[in-house]
Amino acid sequence: MDSVRSQNRWLVAVLFLGGLVLAVFPLPYELRWLRPEFTAMLVIYWITVMPQQFGAGLAWCVGILQDVVEGVVLGEHALALVLVAYVCQLSYQRIRSYAVWQQSAWVFVLVGIHQLFSNWVHSLLGYSAPPLLFLSPAFMSALLWPVAILLLERLRLRYRVT
Amino acid sequence: MASRVFGFGLAALLLIVVNIYTDWLDPVRAKLGVIATPFYWFTDLPERFGGWSQDALRSRESLQQENAALNAELLILKRKLQQMASLTAENLRLRQLMNSAEMVQDRVLVAELIGISPDPLAHKVVINKGAEQGVYPGQPLLDAFGLMGQVVAVSPYSSEVLLITDSTHALPVQVNRNGVRAVAEGVGDLYQLKLRHVSGTVDIRAGDLLVSSGLGQRFPVGYPVAEVESVEHDPGRPFVTVNARPKAQLNRSRHVLLVFSRQTDTGVRSGG
Repeated sequence: MDSVRSQNRWLVAVLFLGGLVLAVFPLPYELRWLRPEFTAMLVIYWITVMPQQFGAGLAWCVGILQDVVEGVVLGEHALALVLVAYVCQLSYQRIRSYAVWQQSAWVFVLVGIHQLFSNWVHSLLGYSAPPLLFLSPAFMSALLWPVAILLLERLRLRYRVT
Repeated sequence: MASRVFGFGLAALLLIVVNIYTDWLDPVRAKLGVIATPFYWFTDLPERFGGWSQDALRSRESLQQENAALNAELLILKRKLQQMASLTAENLRLRQLMNSAEMVQDRVLVAELIGISPDPLAHKVVINKGAEQGVYPGQPLLDAFGLMGQVVAVSPYSSEVLLITDSTHALPVQVNRNGVRAVAEGVGDLYQLKLRHVSGTVDIRAGDLLVSSGLGQRFPVGYPVAEVESVEHDPGRPFVTVNARPKAQLNRSRHVLLVFSRQTDTGVRSGG
């Protein structure tokens, strides 16, 4: 699997740490639903560009870390991100050949799956989200995707991450 | 690939189930909380820098003005305190006459809010005091205006506080005017509490102050919780709908107080 020598993998770690910081960055109460799912977007990106190197294992570890940092049920984000990773691994060839706006739509679906599952775990705890409002992070992620991919591609090519 | 995904998914599912339906993982989570602290500390930096620059770049006039205002306020509070001493003594004597337990002065610890739970449904905040400072689960948290919530998870240098408006939180209160008891429930709205099972004949009206009654043995007695906003009598319903607005500034307070009350130290862990 690791036939290519790994190079500059630290960038992946740094980006995930940055994503986690953004995930807990305090937002005003009125804007609380408008936070994009940064870690899910990063998982989608890295699996799409390097499907041989990254997979469900990475998604699971990141998910557990996010659960710990956000102080939610252990496994909530892990489960959601593993599912996102799986769909990504199945469809990375298609995602790569898409135009950016088509990718955005696909990101909406993927982060929507993520939200669906994390919302299900929430419902086990007795919280109920207003219907459709829990999809707004997916919508924000899709909106942010063109900018994010521009930035991530630049960083990846600049540091030649393999 | 599919089998690995299945394995990881199952592991996550197992963790969720164990975490929700048992408390086996609570010590592990308390340990792991150490990892979370630096993240909150980091996201708090802009706020801290803002506060620092506000302090450092203050003009002399504004400081003098603030000093004068604070002195005036101190004078007013001191006058109230003068009466308070004699009232406390009188209260103590009356309590001794009635053979009831002495009131204990609550010890407090000043803490600072360093983070808000990113989860839009849960009303939780993170404070910068933890087990090292003696914080324990179930400890009440106040701000300058009223009760804010209770500590639910403690890690060495930070702890997580569940606010009273969270939809899984409820606390016993009483009306300050006449001592009518009720249970105030959070509904998931930061500006609203609802009173549970208030019958139509109960004397409660808009403007009443609700204070903690201490019946759940978790919160100390007599701290302001909320102010009744509206009482709706609907003949079709068995109970009255009572809406109240929390006194504490759950959205704004940065400096908060942790109360060490004698009551909760006795190990009573039921109620809430």
